[in-house]
Amino acid sequence: MSDEQNSVKESSSRDIPIDVSRWGFPGSMNVSFKDDKDDLFDDSKVIINIGPTHPAMHGAFRCMAKLNGEVIESSYSEFGYTHRAKEKLGENRTYHQFIVYTDRLNYCSALINNVAYALSVERLMGIEVPTRATWIRMMAAEIARVTDHLICVGINAVDLGAFSFFLYGYQQRERAYTLIEKLCGARLTTSYTRIGGLMYDAPEGWEQEVKTWALKTREVIDEMDSLLTNNRIWHKRTKEVAIFNKEQCMKYSFTGPNARAAGIDLDLRRDQPVLFYDRVDFDVPTAQIGDVFDRYAVRIEEMRQSLSILIQCAEKIKKGPIWADDKRTRIPDKEVVHNTMEGMIHHFKFFMTGFDVPEGEAYTPFEAANGELGFYIVSRGGPKAHRMRIRGPSFWHYQGLDPMIKGAYVGDLVGALGSINVIAGELDR
Amino acid sequence: MDIRTRIPTNYGSWVDLFGALWSDQVTKIQARFGEATLSVQMPETDPTDVPTFVFSSHANLEVLQFFKVDLGYDFLVDYTATDEELEPRFLLVFQLMSRETKARVRVKFQVSEGTSVESIVSLWPGANWAEREIFDMFGVQFLNHPDLRRILLDIRWEGHPLRKDYPLRGYQSFITPEEIDPELLK
Amino acid sequence: MSKDGSADFFTTKLDAFVSFARKNSLFPLPFGTSCCGIELMSTLASGYDMARFGAEVVRFSPRQSDLLICAGIVTQKMAPVLRNIYDQMADPKWVMSFGACASSGGIFNVYSVTQGIDTVIPVDVYVPGCPPAPEGVLNALLVLQDRIQRGDTFAQRREKASRQGLVV
Repeated sequence: MSDEQNSVKESSSRDIPIDVSRWGFPGSMNVSFKDDKDDLFDDSKVIINIGPTHPAMHGAFRCMAKLNGEVIESSYSEFGYTHRAKEKLGENRTYHQFIVYTDRLNYCSALINNVAYALSVERLMGIEVPTRATWIRMMAAEIARVTDHLICVGINAVDLGAFSFFLYGYQQRERAYTLIEKLCGARLTTSYTRIGGLMYDAPEGWEQEVKTWALKTREVIDEMDSLLTNNRIWHKRTKEVAIFNKEQCMKYSFTGPNARAAGIDLDLRRDQPVLFYDRVDFDVPTAQIGDVFDRYAVRIEEMRQSLSILIQCAEKIKKGPIWADDKRTRIPDKEVVHNTMEGMIHHFKFFMTGFDVPEGEAYTPFEAANGELGFYIVSRGGPKAHRMRIRGPSFWHYQGLDPMIKGAYVGDLVGALGSINVIAGELDR
Repeated sequence: MDIRTRIPTNYGSWVDLFGALWSDQVTKIQARFGEATLSVQMPETDPTDVPTFVFSSHANLEVLQFFKVDLGYDFLVDYTATDEELEPRFLLVFQLMSRETKARVRVKFQVSEGTSVESIVSLWPGANWAEREIFDMFGVQFLNHPDLRRILLDIRWEGHPLRKDYPLRGYQSFITPEEIDPELLK
Repeated sequence: MSKDGSADFFTTKLDAFVSFARKNSLFPLPFGTSCCGIELMSTLASGYDMARFGAEVVRFSPRQSDLLICAGIVTQKMAPVLRNIYDQMADPKWVMSFGACASSGGIFNVYSVTQGIDTVIPVDVYVPGCPPAPEGVLNALLVLQDRIQRGDTFAQRREKASRQGLVV
């Protein structure tokens, strides 16, 4: 008996390469153990692999962690499983055609991406959109921000075990989808903005519907707040967990709610206002510690602020044109296209060859739901960009995950990842 | 009408807000680096939104240290590269922001194909993945980088997709999944 | 069978009965990678509620599920992982290709994207749309159930063929 035990022990000793596949792991988790001096074979150290398709990972990323008991000693993140080459496509598509690709960046708040992209190209071309279009863009961006935060806090709560919280939020999210559907006919991938204008005008009475929705959502958020914010279990799962303080946030270029949760008082809507953010009143909530709870609380408060912006917008918006008075980017009306030869040719040329953007370069930041979303466009003239760089906030946030969870419990990994709201489309681009 | 015309959206006011600050800093930079400053583009005269400085890549740490510490551009907003299709081939592009004044600036470094650049992870640890992405997409090598591997693509990938000579549809497929080296967990 | 259950038998073919049981108790594995994953979530959550069609128990382990819903892009890096997951599922298994990216690569005809998951695994039902509306997904589920009842899916055909001694 003792001999047998010895032989078993012998066979798993360090100098024999271990075939991981016989433990039933699929090949995707193949780990080749090369160095026999490292501590990977300590009995106290366990390597776990989470992802690329794990329910807790919110998309296709992978995290490998070395555990000592239940404490994460070191971890290592891997991504790129949804890399769709949007930057390369930006060099191969006209500025108009690229609008659809911006939807797929942060798909939880596609409208914000549309608005940010339209603003960047308009900035290169020196176009100003009319007042009504600007208000509608702003409302669209704020609706998208609320839906993004709803899904972020909802999923974060689901991961930590509070399922009904998620359903409260999701109900309002479905209603927001209905509003977005009324605006542009699509629920998720909206492609709503055009360079120099909007796809459609908002339908009659849409502003009032938004206002009604905002008032209702405010109640729901209060309800969600009372469900979770003072919940003792929630506190125990989130407070002082996965802390990322101010200095670390600066080192890792955190922006948006994640940075504000750590006390970096930076909101581009207030500090470098675009659209009409300087014409509405809103607060920028910040917290001090930068743990999971703070990130949750900042998002909850930000939703309230966004709703208040929406209500103010709904009161201030007036009827008017939605297209900039610029012949280069104006898509010809269907009536003209169908009835006149010139209109037909214009339409054909517009969609087949696109419009020229003057030579120049600009980096245009916009406060997206997750942080600073920037488009760095280098134009050398012509209808296609020379370089289309997308600065997605998730890329920088996800980088902070490894230092964030070092020394934390493995159960907190899930909460930490959910709280920084990494979106795969924006991360991999 | 192009970017030089004063844009009526709020972005256009950057020149009014930061113009004096920027021109002050330009003189400081030129006094400090002199000849090493290959070109300066200002939003008043050139088609750019913020001042753009081009340097040669061998002094990148020194230059960025100056921007970060002396000029107060302490926030690394973005770090990327472009393929210019001429010699020197690549430009490393930094978007920096000052958290105090909210002013932004763009710094570029010329890199020829085949030369290595000093990594700036010591200045901003967050540049780690950005450098990995530049390596992945453009093939620019970084010296003293903690972990220079491909990041978005499979490690077995050949070529660097964001170079202009890489075809848009240059598919490469793999039968087995990517392997992870446990050394990374040290 | 009467209402109180007193008559004790009804006649059917065993195959049909098994298919009936299978089609009404699908255990989906959501392989959500990108945008479509969010719409899949909408389909599963309140409002559309896929539970009404007997596909309610979402299992995240491939060993416990029999319907692979591939929602979203599958890149060249992900394709071997998808294949691994498919291989781990127990027979009979079905695959729903959810959305344009999974079905054909969609608007992403680029170097890093697999042009349709049918180059990697056999697919039973495709759902068009970018992303598909939840109604479309429910329709696809009904179509799949219908095909399972008829025995007209890849897994069932392969099962039948192997019973006849053919290798598929």
